[in-house]
Amino acid sequence: MFDLSSILSEQVITVLWTLLKIVVIVAPLMLSVAYLTYAERKVIGAMQVRVGPQRVGYKGLLQPIADALKLMFKEIILPTGANKTLFVIAPVLSIAPALAAWAVIPFDDGLVLSELDAGLLYILALTSVGVYGVIIAGWASNSKYAFLGAMRSAAQVVSYEIAMGFALVGVLMAAGSLNLGDIVRAQDGNILTWYWLPLLPLFVVYFLSGVAETNRAPFDVAEGESEIVAGFHVEYSGMTFAIFFLAEYANMILIAALTSILFLGGWLSPFQGIPVLDEMTAWVPGLVWLLAKMSIFLFLFLWFRATFPRYRYDQIMRLGWKAFLPVTIFWLFVEGIAIYAELGPWFDGVLGAAS
Amino acid sequence: MSNDASTASGMSSSEIRNFTLNFGPQHPAAHGVLRLILEMDGETIDRADPHIGLLHRGTEKLAEQRMFNQSIPYMDRLDYVSMMCNEHAYVMTIEKLLGIEVPERAQYIRVMYDEITRILNHLMWLGTHALDVGAMTVFLYCFREREDLMDLYEAVSGARMHAAYYRPGGVYRDLPDEMPKHKPNQWRSEADLKAQNVGRDGSVLDFIENFTERFPALVDEYETLLTDNRIWKQRTVDIGIVDADLAKQLGFTGPMLRGSGVAWDLRRKEPYEVYDKLDFDIPVGVTGDCYDRYLVRIEEMRQSNHIIKQCAAWLQQNPGPVISSDLKVAPPARADMKEGMESLIHHFKYFTEGYSVPEGEAYAAVEHPKGEFGTYILSDGANKPYRLKIRAPGFAHLSAMDEMVKGHMLADVVAVIGTMDVVFGEIDR
Repeated sequence: MFDLSSILSEQVITVLWTLLKIVVIVAPLMLSVAYLTYAERKVIGAMQVRVGPQRVGYKGLLQPIADALKLMFKEIILPTGANKTLFVIAPVLSIAPALAAWAVIPFDDGLVLSELDAGLLYILALTSVGVYGVIIAGWASNSKYAFLGAMRSAAQVVSYEIAMGFALVGVLMAAGSLNLGDIVRAQDGNILTWYWLPLLPLFVVYFLSGVAETNRAPFDVAEGESEIVAGFHVEYSGMTFAIFFLAEYANMILIAALTSILFLGGWLSPFQGIPVLDEMTAWVPGLVWLLAKMSIFLFLFLWFRATFPRYRYDQIMRLGWKAFLPVTIFWLFVEGIAIYAELGPWFDGVLGAAS
Repeated sequence: MSNDASTASGMSSSEIRNFTLNFGPQHPAAHGVLRLILEMDGETIDRADPHIGLLHRGTEKLAEQRMFNQSIPYMDRLDYVSMMCNEHAYVMTIEKLLGIEVPERAQYIRVMYDEITRILNHLMWLGTHALDVGAMTVFLYCFREREDLMDLYEAVSGARMHAAYYRPGGVYRDLPDEMPKHKPNQWRSEADLKAQNVGRDGSVLDFIENFTERFPALVDEYETLLTDNRIWKQRTVDIGIVDADLAKQLGFTGPMLRGSGVAWDLRRKEPYEVYDKLDFDIPVGVTGDCYDRYLVRIEEMRQSNHIIKQCAAWLQQNPGPVISSDLKVAPPARADMKEGMESLIHHFKYFTEGYSVPEGEAYAAVEHPKGEFGTYILSDGANKPYRLKIRAPGFAHLSAMDEMVKGHMLADVVAVIGTMDVVFGEIDR
């Protein structure tokens, strides 16, 4: 009896400890999502010669909170003829992977919820599941606009996942590991040993595919505001809509984090290897560098949205199949040759490490 | 609903049906109240059927029960983004029936405001067209400049949109000597106020000249976002092609016709007012796709700016009356009315009974920003029209919807609606 309870308590403690870690990751994430919407409105506002939110709280800082409260108190409308189960499952299916993927993201050396050896594979699998949320939402809504949005989303996924996958293959070839922490450690050295330089085409393709995967402008055809109104989530209201919204922004942050980790050296300092600056900034925690790198990509997300018109969905497919895919495949060959040639400082020793 | 066997691989063709989509009237790209019934094969359009009449207000019938001048404000509300041009066609028709002369200064003012209106309209078109295609920043840039032009409307007429400024025989009053300024308030910083009052120190004409100096650089700004943008080109080049012959057959006018390469412009072909004295070019397109029409309208803004500049320079030099001196059709001067019996009677008759127009019929058209906007009046000699018919350019353009979008995709429908520059005020009348 005594033994059982001690084992139980050990398990309980493990579960509680894990839960606590999850909360520590998810709570700031949700806050970041809220304030990313605020940043989006402010940044795009500045680009469009207007001011953005400024009325709720000091300089509009409480605006995201007000928006969240509004959405929480709104009625959730279930359209007639909708498949009710799927209709409710869809937003859950959309947000769950967007949050679960954070389990393997290393915020600093060793600062990760789960040091998974197949981390990259896990990410690839989860981000693909997120699209089912969109497709199911479009199908379950019993609306033609939503249905078109779902169809477009399916077409988009087919054309982007592949290019994105190949871009990731390039990274794991260079690092010789699927563990995100190891990938960052493999980039250790200085700013030029990060993978953005040797894998520049893959870096660009990966980030653009990421923009496409998160349904952001100029690839927001699944929403296609001026064509199919709001696309897959046209029938959603209140909290169900808010969850799609959260998922979209959580995914944006995730893509920004992944791009930073895979190509910009994650938590590594950009001043590594520079004599004086490196010592001066040695006290800065790696998390700060990661957040700074993520901010660059998040800013790009917003900048794209303010600048570009929207692609037509067949054009997106053409871009995916005819431009991104050949570029990634070609670069994989180049990279393969470079690895065999042991081209330094990036690819020397990769062969030995892998075998 | 028709069956499409070509897509029915594996299934019996009777199971594959076209998809009917109700596009609008509540739709972000419907430009008001357009309702389209789209028959689609996947995302490809098989047939587009525009439904109109949701903004019908019976302007033509209303005009039959009102004195001629009382219908001028109705004209503003036809195409509510190019207000003064609508008025222009209407007052020109009445002038034709009455056979009166318009003072030269009034003609210059009208031409100048027609061109200001053209820029207003084209800015609205550019903003919404770009927004439909997904580039939202252009929209806000365009509205920034529209604000200045709306202020010019307000300066002469007191209203930002529905001006009712033109009158048979001239314009309601001369251009004010002072351009109204933005006033300081608690939400406006000193720097903002200064920026908002740029060029407003002198008269209205000074402000117009200041605007014409600034405007070409601003058009360049819109163009940097769109003209060479690959996505913009992918979305507009070869979309909604209308060749010159087809454009004529469909009754296109204005930029829609010129985009197809036909250099037809009433300002040149049938010059009215002082257009024959002004220097400007007529831009034409080559292929007749959305991109060409975009380029044509952008160039038209530059040309309009050039015309405004010439008019403003002339108006600075040449003061004079701005409305006909024929007191049967124009009100007397306020000062005369206070002293002269005859003027008082004229004033009373003019504002209570209006003026009678000789029996007959007349049609006058202007080169409206959207095309040929004309009014036809049949008069039985009374102080109101027996019949008024409005020729709205947008109606002919919208009728070509099916022709233009057939075989394109859903996203292109939105681009085509944008390129048509439809406004339902004039189509539904």
